[in-house]
Parts: sequence; C-alpha cells; structure tokens
Amino acid sequence: MSEANPGGAAHPAHVVPTRIYYVIFGILMLCTYLTVQIAFFDLGILNTVAALTIAVLKAALVVLFFMHVKYSTRLTWAVVIGSIFWLAILLALTLTDYTTRAWQTFG
Amino acid sequence: MATLLSPPRHYLNDGYGIKSWLLTRDHKRIALLYLASVTVFFFIGGAMAVLIRLELATPVGDLVSDETYNKLFTMHGVAMIFFFLIPAIPSVLGNFLIPIMIGAKDLAFPRLNLLSWYIYVVGGLFSLYAMIAGGVDTGWTFYTPFSTVSSTTQVVPTALGIFVVGFSGILTGLNFIVTIHRMRAPGMTWFRLPLFVWSSYATSLINVLGTPVVAITILLVAAERVLHFGFFDPSVGGDPVLFQHLFWFYSHPAVYIMILPAMGVISELVAAGCRKPVFGYTFVAFASLAIAVLGFLVWGHHMFVAGESVYSAMIFSVLSFLVAIPSAVKVFNWTATMYKGSVSWETPMLYAYGFIGLFTIGGLTGLFLAAIAVDVHVTDTYFIVAHFHYIMVGGTIMGYLGGLHYWWPKISGRLYHEGLAKIAAWIIFIGFNLTFFPQFVVGYLGMPRRYHAYPPEFQVLNVLSSAGASILGVGYLLPMAYLIWSLRYGRIAGSNPWGAVGLEWTTTSPPPTENFAQTPVVTWDAYEYPAPVETHVA
Amino acid sequence: MLPDAVEHHHPALAHQFDSLEQQKEAATLGMWIFLVTEVLFFGGLFLTYTTYRHLYPDAFAAASHELIVWAGTINTAVLITSSLTMALAVHAAQTGNRRLLVLFLIVTMILGTVFLGIKAFEYYSEWEERHVPGLNYAFDPRYYRHAQIFFSLYFLMTGLHALHMIIGLGIMAVMLRWSIRGTITPEYFTPIEISGLYWHFVDIVWIFLFPLLYLIGRHAHV
Repeated sequence: MSEANPGGAAHPAHVVPTRIYYVIFGILMLCTYLTVQIAFFDLGILNTVAALTIAVLKAALVVLFFMHVKYSTRLTWAVVIGSIFWLAILLALTLTDYTTRAWQTFG
Repeated sequence: MATLLSPPRHYLNDGYGIKSWLLTRDHKRIALLYLASVTVFFFIGGAMAVLIRLELATPVGDLVSDETYNKLFTMHGVAMIFFFLIPAIPSVLGNFLIPIMIGAKDLAFPRLNLLSWYIYVVGGLFSLYAMIAGGVDTGWTFYTPFSTVSSTTQVVPTALGIFVVGFSGILTGLNFIVTIHRMRAPGMTWFRLPLFVWSSYATSLINVLGTPVVAITILLVAAERVLHFGFFDPSVGGDPVLFQHLFWFYSHPAVYIMILPAMGVISELVAAGCRKPVFGYTFVAFASLAIAVLGFLVWGHHMFVAGESVYSAMIFSVLSFLVAIPSAVKVFNWTATMYKGSVSWETPMLYAYGFIGLFTIGGLTGLFLAAIAVDVHVTDTYFIVAHFHYIMVGGTIMGYLGGLHYWWPKISGRLYHEGLAKIAAWIIFIGFNLTFFPQFVVGYLGMPRRYHAYPPEFQVLNVLSSAGASILGVGYLLPMAYLIWSLRYGRIAGSNPWGAVGLEWTTTSPPPTENFAQTPVVTWDAYEYPAPVETHVA
Repeated sequence: MLPDAVEHHHPALAHQFDSLEQQKEAATLGMWIFLVTEVLFFGGLFLTYTTYRHLYPDAFAAASHELIVWAGTINTAVLITSSLTMALAVHAAQTGNRRLLVLFLIVTMILGTVFLGIKAFEYYSEWEERHVPGLNYAFDPRYYRHAQIFFSLYFLMTGLHALHMIIGLGIMAVMLRWSIRGTITPEYFTPIEISGLYWHFVDIVWIFLFPLLYLIGRHAHV
C-alpha cells in the first residue's frame, strides 16, 4: 500500500496536450540556433555564460515538459533538484581547490 | 513452558534445490546468498591481515618482499572495503529486514535484487582473478600516476571488479529507497519506522549519489592505463590531485555507507536491550540524514598534504568538524536510552555497548584529524590506520555481529549457544583493542603506514598489535562455528525470543515467504515498550 | 482506473504490489533515482572537463575548433526531435492510440540511429585528422599536450553518451515489441513512460555536451 492510504486511490495521470510539446520543441530548436550563432561572436567570458544559460534553459524545458516534472509529485521534484544539487557540490568544492591554488599562502 | 515448534511452512523450506536458491526472488533468500559471499571475502581480507601482522611482528622485512607486502595491504583494503564492509549490513541485514520492518511482502524490485547479487559475484570474480594473477600493489586508493602509469600489476582487473560491484550497491540502494517510499504498510508513517530503516535509507542515498562518481573515476583510470589518455599524468598536463578529488568524493561518503547501517543496528539493539524507546527518536532519524548529506562535503580532508590549495583545505576542515555533530548526537541518545533502562547483557547488547565505546574513540580521533595542523603530522602513519579500524572494525563489524546475533533467531528459527557467544564477544573486544590501540601510539610516534619494515624501537607495540590480531582472529572464527552449529542443533527460537517490539517479531521464525500471513496495519510507534514497573521499598 | 477486483488480477501486476498505481509510482521513482546516478556518473566527466578547461583555456579552444560544428548542430536538432517524438509516443500510449505509439517509437529509433550515424562519421573524420589520443594523435605543438586532454575527454564523453544511446535503442526495440503485441494499454503504459524518461535524459546530456565541446572559442581564428 502506498503511504497510510489503504484505498490506494490514484490521482489521475495528467495527459499533457500535444500542442504544448510542439511549442516546447520550437523553443528548443530556436535555442539551439541561438547558441550556435552566439558562439561565432567574441563576447569574452559572456560566451561561456550564454552557452551555459541556454543549455540550462533547454534542459529545464525537457525536464519540466517532456519528462512531465511540472506535473509530478513533490518527491520527483526533490529527486531532480537533489541530483542537480549534488552535482553542484562536486563541481563547486573541487573548484575551491583549483581556483585558489595560485593565491598567496600564509607567511 | 510449552515446547516451541518451528512453523511448518517458511521461506527456508519453500522450495528446495539449487535452482530455487539461485533463481529466487525472495529478499530473505537473497540476503543469505549475500551472507555467504561477503563471508568469503571477509576471510580473504582476513587472510591478508594475518600475513600483514605476521610480517610486522619483526622490524625487518623478512616474511615477504616489499612488493608483495604492497599487494597484501592493497588487497586487504579492496576485499574488506568493497566486498565486505560496504555490502555486509545493507545486503544481508537490510535485504532481510527492511521489507518485514515496513510490513511489505518484498522489496519493490525483487528481480533487480537478485541481479544485484549476481553483479556482486561477477565483481568479486574479477577481483579474485586479479589476486590470483599476481595481485595489485597500488593501495586500495589507486593513487595516480602510479596506478595509471607505473604500476606493473593487475590494476585494470581489480578496478573493473570494483566498478562492477559498485553497481550492485547502486541497485540495492535504489531498491531500498523506492521500497521505503512506496511499500510501507497502512499506518506505517515515516516517524513510526524503526531507526534501522532510517539508517538504511540514508545509506542508500549515499550509495546512489556517490558510487557513480567512483565508477567513472575507475573508468578514467582504466582508460588512462590502457589508452594513455593522460587525465592524471603530469607529463601530459594532467593533475594527479584531480584523481584524488574524484576518488574521495565517493570514498569519504563510502565510510558513512559502512557506519550508518551499523548505527541503525545499534539503535535497534539498544532499544531492545534496554526495553525503552530510543531517546530522541526524531533527532536520531534526522542525524542519519545529516550524516549522509554532510558526509559529501568533507572529502578534501584526505588531501591536506596532497597539494590541494590551503584555502580549500580550510573549508574542508571546518566541514569535517561539522559532520561529527550528528554522530555525536546518536552516541548521546543511545547513552540516554540506556539511562534508567532495563539494561540486559545478552550477546547482541554486548556488541552494542562495545560499539558505542569503540566508535566514540574512533570518531573522536577523526576530529583530531580534521584539524589540519594535526593531520599534517599523522597523515600516512599508523594513527590513521588505527582511527579507521576503530570505526570500521570496532564500529561496523561489531554492529554487524551484534545484528547477526540479534536477528539470527528470526533468520534461522534457531537460538545460538549464548555462553559461547558471550565468550566470543569478549575475545573479539579484547583482541580488537590489543590490536589497534597500540597502533594509535606507534603512529603518533611516527611509524609510517604501508611499510613492511620499520625502525626497531617500534617493535614492542607492533608485537602487541600482532598478538591482538591473533586473538581477534580466534574471536571471529567462533561465531562462524556456533552459528552454523545452531542451524542443526540450536533450540527452536519462537517468533519473539527477545521479547522485543517491532514488526519482524510479530511474524514467525523463520518468516513465511510472503513475510506476513496478513498485511499488518500499524497503529503504534517504533519502540512502544511497556513502561517499567516501579518497585518501592515500603 | 480499473475496479479493484480486476486490478488485483491484472496480468501486469507484480506480486509484491497491491495495485497498478503503486507499481507505477514505484517504477517511476526507480527510474528517476537511476537517472540521478547517471547525472553523477556523467558528472565526474563534466568535473574533469571543467577542471582542465579552467587550466588550459587556449588549448581547449584550439582543439574544440577542430570539431565539425555542423555535424554537432544537426545531431542536437536530431536528438531534440527524437525527444519530441518520444513524448508524443508516451501521449499516444496514455490515450490508447496504438498506431501512433508504434509510429512514434519507430521515428524515435530512426532519429537515434541517424544520430549514431553522424557520430560515426565524425569519429572517422577525427581519425583521419589524427585527433585520436592513444592511436594516431598529432596536433599543433603549441597546444599538443593539453589538446590531447581535450580530445581524450571528447571521445570519452561522446563515446559514453553514444553507448547510452545504443542502450536506449535497445530499450526502444523492446518497447516497440510490447506496443505491437498490445501489452501497452492506457492502464499500463508505465514502461513507455519510464523508457521516455531515460531517452530524454540522454538528450539532456547531449544538450550540455554540445556547447561545451563544440562551441568553445568558435569566434577565434586559430
């Protein structure tokens, strides 16, 4: 039985209208076009920022709509956010080493 | 007292023959398959330990060559950590107990559970092959560039063995998480769960989040060794410290995979042994989660002298102090549970009390090491070796044995010989301390680890340690003997020989294949023992 | 939802579950947790990439410049389209449209195969250009060593991704078989849904791989 709910009553599965899928698809293709175009201009550090921002946006759209997370339970949200958070720990704490190695040490 | 009878139908006699075991989907049978396999690796790792302590009884390297010695401690570490300590409590006790403790018929994915065992076996075979084909000498930590460039030993097969067995842990963790979320019986809310389930849940989180990183790290090592890619090779521009970041990102949380399940066992033993609810149940439950989370933030404390930036080291040091707090909360709460409890001294409780003392020592020495200034001096000495053995042997293995003894009647339907078991517990406790306490001293005095020879002034302490190891070895052989003996000749146990509270004690010993005759409906808290009867002197 | 009496004997209901709903929730959670492990698995490679790009930005830019941008771009578009068709397949399963389900699964698999084909072409070109570390590697001496790290990462990351694609195609083949046979119904379409989750995840990995590998320093004239 799930939870303390002997009846096991289901919340009816949400059917996403296909129109939304096509709209998201359009946005994803547009973002792909943009990310390639931006790459050909020299924006210094903003190149990386732009590329990553667009990638994150695309990934978010896939997660929310194609993977139905927008319509999913809090537990699913917790799992998704948890995975991102843990990846962030791996990257951030390791980078505390690499970005500070060149700094002056004491004495 | 009426003679107890074994239940006529239970999971052990529900189907005979090798196929009914090797193709089983019953979590209880799979737990026993794991019990057999982890015991094999425990004795393999133990054999390496015997040779190590024999060599170290004299200051000269006279028993084995230095290269062979390197292989011995490497394979001791690999066998013990990856094939015994990490899987033992979750895959044996967790597999057996979690569905029963939550009132379910099985885990969420029984076939995946069986697959996890087969994956374990395949990983084990790779590692056994590596040992037989000449062994590996890099240390269980596989530091680069030695492991990727210079070592001439069986690095890749061992690495593959660890890679494969890692997936066994990941799948088990996945199975446990889904089971605990979705398969609880009616009325079994999160805060009515036994603390062993909370600990297993936290352990499973670590398994799922950390093991994939060591998996990819091992792939990188293999790729570098075979294809010469150069990620960790300084001559190509690679950074060996990056390997250490990737490796320890998993391997530090891995030590919490090793200790959290044991802590869960101790919570159960202390509650049953003192006939009292665990003091501060909610704090202990959240402490398990806190250990799992904080455990991921401290890995750099293994690299204070490796070349990481001192600023990074400071961050990791502070975080390492923090992670001690939830462990301390647990120790305080177990102690508070014992206060004014009806304390009993049966074998499982002996292991529990031993755990509390030894884990405290091991944990406190961890705090010493979190301080960079101390760690710089004792890194790579026997102080470190003593620290982690206090936790992994004085902690985890005591917890494992305590749990094995406590639930043995449930698993086998038989009682072991209590007198022999008590003697074995004391032999283990004395042998353990004699083995590892001198190592704190000799390490602090400067004896390096992973050396097969040492200056003669350290010999007395080493001899004490080796003597202790021989006693410890005897101690470990005794339970093997009397537990197996009890399967045939032990007294029938009955469903609740300890008079304990918990869903597992409401079903028969051994339980039926589907665990319960009827799905339980839970309306009580985890440790609702009747209040002790107050006696007054008139 | 089916009445209890029918659900209890639904052929797809496993014995450890009490209802199809519970089974569906368990399967979905299980797949999500598996995807978490995949995030961390690829995450180790992304950490390695981030570290070395931080250390050797010029070599990485020079090496990235050698990749075939149009191939990577087309592959990105192919994968995004395949995610669309996958989502449409799940929708078809949910609404009981067996014909559309089969159609969309087939299109998804075709797109996945196209992706792998283009990838194979890229690998072959890189072999011809002598950019394969460990085999025939040669590069501009200014960046020789560090560009080798880039190419090692490139092959390892895209190779691991391609392996996941191949596994995905295998999963889709099984789903196709089940769909044709009629095993998938509006009451029991969980396998399609969780296969879709896996497929979308593989797409997301590529969404990050593409800019990080192909688009560094594109503006520069090396």
